[in-house]
Amino acid sequence: MGNTMKKRVVITGLGVVAPNGVGVVDFTKALKTGKSGIRFHQELKDLNFSCQIGGIPPVSEELKSKYFTDLQLRGFNSSGILYGCIAGIDAWKDAGFDMIPDSELDYNTGLIFGTGTSGVEKFREAIYKLDDNKVKRLGSTVVVQTMASGVSAYLGGMLGLGNQVTTNSSACTTGTEALLMGFDRIQAGKAKRMLIGSCSDHGPYLWGGFDAMRVMTYKHNDTPEDGSRPMSKTASGFVPGSGAGALILESLESAKERGATIYAEVLGGEINSGGQRQGGTLTAPNAEAVKRCIVKAIENSGMTPNDIDIINGHLTATSKDGLEIKNWSEALERRGGEFPYINSTKSMIGHCLAAAGAIECVASIIQLKDQFIAPNINCEDLNPEIEAMIASEKIPTKAIEKHFDNIAKASFGFGDVNACVIFKKYKD
Amino acid sequence: MTNEELIVKLKAIVAPYIQDEAAFKTLNEDTDFVKDLKVNSANLVDIILDIEDEFDIRLENEDMEQMLDVKSAMAIVTSKLNA
Repeated sequence: MGNTMKKRVVITGLGVVAPNGVGVVDFTKALKTGKSGIRFHQELKDLNFSCQIGGIPPVSEELKSKYFTDLQLRGFNSSGILYGCIAGIDAWKDAGFDMIPDSELDYNTGLIFGTGTSGVEKFREAIYKLDDNKVKRLGSTVVVQTMASGVSAYLGGMLGLGNQVTTNSSACTTGTEALLMGFDRIQAGKAKRMLIGSCSDHGPYLWGGFDAMRVMTYKHNDTPEDGSRPMSKTASGFVPGSGAGALILESLESAKERGATIYAEVLGGEINSGGQRQGGTLTAPNAEAVKRCIVKAIENSGMTPNDIDIINGHLTATSKDGLEIKNWSEALERRGGEFPYINSTKSMIGHCLAAAGAIECVASIIQLKDQFIAPNINCEDLNPEIEAMIASEKIPTKAIEKHFDNIAKASFGFGDVNACVIFKKYKD
Repeated sequence: MTNEELIVKLKAIVAPYIQDEAAFKTLNEDTDFVKDLKVNSANLVDIILDIEDEFDIRLENEDMEQMLDVKSAMAIVTSKLNA
């Protein structure tokens, strides 16, 4: 199939549940004002966590009941599915569709909604009952809440989607990978629309393993909003977050046919792995593979490195931030004042783990459609290692209004996996 | 407990799971949980758990297999309570 045969893919719907804003309107406001969603959590302190701060989206019982029936909420204890369904339904409605229980099955729309692990709290509940010899007392929803594809199963049924409905999982790359998988499917003509996204649970049972690895900061328990400090000299580990992001990808012809609002075009991208070679490990990236991922993403998009105006980085606030900047700089062959603007949404929401890619893709599209660069909060004290590579004004600490065309979004995850996507302002 | 009292209690237990309001309103001994009330078959196990809690009884797999309508539910609950 030649290039001319490939469908153009655009974004026609957005949904987000982030620690600093639930819904696109609130999240946009938060991005523009540099609002932090990081709070102290007594539960983490009581459980002897080193890092006692985290990002949890504010979802009220009232809001829950707008998306779920009372029956669905009986025994429901999976925050990731909760966030995923809210973001997914919002994106669906934003694209101009309704959620109707008896709607006609839509074979033209599919769903790829990723996660790292599903319903850890529900799983914990089940384990306690089971170990108490009460396996019969688990109830009917342990499986659907704890299976990895739980979020896709819930969403697929709520919306009546009849194309491929699945869940991907690639650690912190998950959401960006889901987007590119959905993009491929539409580009290949196998679906007209793909609801893509990713979600992550919140709480100690998900975050504990990271605390044990000592990769989360323990220095800001008294100053939670200052805790997530990507690219800062005083970055001391990431702050855990949670939530979900969702986007409706659609073939350009389908979007035009429906007269849908088009937020941006997905030009292309690349997914690869460093294979845990050349310095890559289970938890550290192979820099050669990262650079290749970026270069290929730009190539696949029919762009050149100089076309990239803004980067929404992975940038978690660990010691690896400097290496990430080095990789970008070398991949793009741009340094100092020639380097594009770069920001890390994580400065405001923490590292939302499996949800990070999707939430940050939504953040990238919001910046593109509203033509601004979101600030890097907590980065007044730029890491000198980074300042030696790129000009400090390329790392804005306040929001900047700016006309621009192209934004690159990358996510990197445990297992040495990478994904990079290029979004463009839509033009006919 | 009279049959009337029992049926009132069962009606309250199944209420969250029913998907046919009309059949629920006229619920009687002959009402079938799945066919009439359109209860999702997966939710039958939740109804069993709620019955166990309400009457402080334990139901076995064989009991559950028989509990497909109000009449059989009443019979099994009554036999457990009298055991």
